[in-house]
Amino acid sequence: MIVLTAAAEAAPQADLWSQIFVFLLATFIGLGVIRRVSRLLHTPLMSITNAISAIAVVGAILVAGPDYPVGTRVLGAIAVFASMTNIVSGFLITHRMLKMFKTEPRSGEGPRT
Amino acid sequence: MIAGLVQFTYLVATALFVFALHWMNAPATARRAVYAGVAGMALAIVATWAQPEVVHHLWIVVAVVAGFAVGVPLSRVPLTAVPQRTALSHAFGGLAAGLVGTAKYYLWFGEGSGQLTAFRTVALIAEVLLGFLTFTGSLMAAGKLQEVKWIPQRPVTYPFQNVANIGLLALAVGLGIAVVLNPTAGWAPAAFAVIIALALAFGVLLIIPIGGADMPTVIAILNSYAGLAAVAMGFVLDNKLLITAGALDGSSGLILAIIMCKAMNRSFTNVLFGAFGQVQQLKTGGEEKVYKSETIEGGAQVLEQASSVVIVPGYGMAVAQAQHKVRELYDQLKKRGVSVKFAIHPVAGRMPGHMNVLLAEADIPYTDLVEMDEINPDMPQVDVALVVGANDVVNPAARSDKGSPIYGMPIIDADRARTVFAIKRSKNPGFAGIDNELYFSDRTWMLFGDAKNVIGDLVKHLSGGSGMH
Repeated sequence: MIVLTAAAEAAPQADLWSQIFVFLLATFIGLGVIRRVSRLLHTPLMSITNAISAIAVVGAILVAGPDYPVGTRVLGAIAVFASMTNIVSGFLITHRMLKMFKTEPRSGEGPRT
Repeated sequence: MIAGLVQFTYLVATALFVFALHWMNAPATARRAVYAGVAGMALAIVATWAQPEVVHHLWIVVAVVAGFAVGVPLSRVPLTAVPQRTALSHAFGGLAAGLVGTAKYYLWFGEGSGQLTAFRTVALIAEVLLGFLTFTGSLMAAGKLQEVKWIPQRPVTYPFQNVANIGLLALAVGLGIAVVLNPTAGWAPAAFAVIIALALAFGVLLIIPIGGADMPTVIAILNSYAGLAAVAMGFVLDNKLLITAGALDGSSGLILAIIMCKAMNRSFTNVLFGAFGQVQQLKTGGEEKVYKSETIEGGAQVLEQASSVVIVPGYGMAVAQAQHKVRELYDQLKKRGVSVKFAIHPVAGRMPGHMNVLLAEADIPYTDLVEMDEINPDMPQVDVALVVGANDVVNPAARSDKGSPIYGMPIIDADRARTVFAIKRSKNPGFAGIDNELYFSDRTWMLFGDAKNVIGDLVKHLSGGSGMH
């Protein structure tokens, strides 16, 4: 029993540092990439990052899907719903907004985007 | 084998997300960003759903369908409702994280054994704190933006408010520490539930004192929190895709919030805890300030004869849904060889980039949308500055009046143009609750009325009185 507990404790610990590394690197990548986003696009940036943060759907599926008690799975299912809503509306509205950014007014021949 | 495939797919999804954000750096490449993001998300969902431990599919299917059913209409809201929709989606994001954290805690508690390690418990507590406070905070923000009846627009403040808020947070953190030290104790589940309740309350109380005009920063901060909640979920579930995607969202929100704060010349703590509404000192007495107001005809004449016009849009334009009329004015002026540019202040409107999106919807080429820092040096040579529903962002008090709550905030130098026309619904002060000295300047002529009507009338005069409507 003690060995099992130790093993259960050991496994998460080993990964902890690599998780922290990943978080640190991802944050730096994020800062670097986002800094370069044109100010024109800050609103669609918000909606696309919303959609991306709905990656939480992955966690939600892993709570709603496996053979867990009903209560757990209900919470997971609601979380799946909330995340999917964000994914669908986030990407759709970003696309809709991005379509509008043009260099030439509608009447002229616009550049092919 | 499956595990390796899943991890590989997660890697590809991560790369796709990074590319997506990279492609957002210019309008020409930005559409690819959406495709990359959708692809990454689809891969992540399929890879997760395909894992052998996922056996109950029905509810997931129902939830996905429901997500589409709600998500599609939400994406069709008018552009003026984008700030509220964004706030609402932060709420959903926070909710998802909070629920998953809750589910995992009670699940692991029920399983006994060593599942609730110190690190996992810390991550769980962080996840539910962030998730649930983002949930209620964002709901409040959405309510304020939508101007829902029972949510006050003006900042709601009360004595010792900051002390109370910090105290509440400290209580939640303290309980959290207690749970981390004793994750399997008999009282731990109850304590966990209390932490959740405190987080929900904190979210509401945090946003109540913040006024509508500070919403751009608040929305950016909440965006960041929703991302951080996803990071916490990644630590809990040992999922590097979650950690990465969450970190990307978190840093995006952080950068936007910093930009907003710099643009208002205030710090985070000031925005969150400064209770902007309290700071103003109502200036009573003094001389009666005199407005000069102009007729539409007069305004049209001046505009016609100008060679360069700069339009400064603000929240008022959004409220009046005047962007299409503005486009018509733009067309009329350009037909006459007038150079027309738009001066975009970073915090004009109710969220970052708000004005850009509205003007783009009206098909105004984005090359004519100029950032504040770029256009200010040109303002003294501009013949006419037309202020459409913008108030604080053109208020010269920000430069000169040390007592003003907006002192130090960078503004658009509309007052330096040769002539200024300001369109305003009424004589009431804007959200900062202060007088705008621009309106009383010698060069300024007020055009009172709803922005849509005023501009519509200007267009009619410019098109020779034979408007095509």
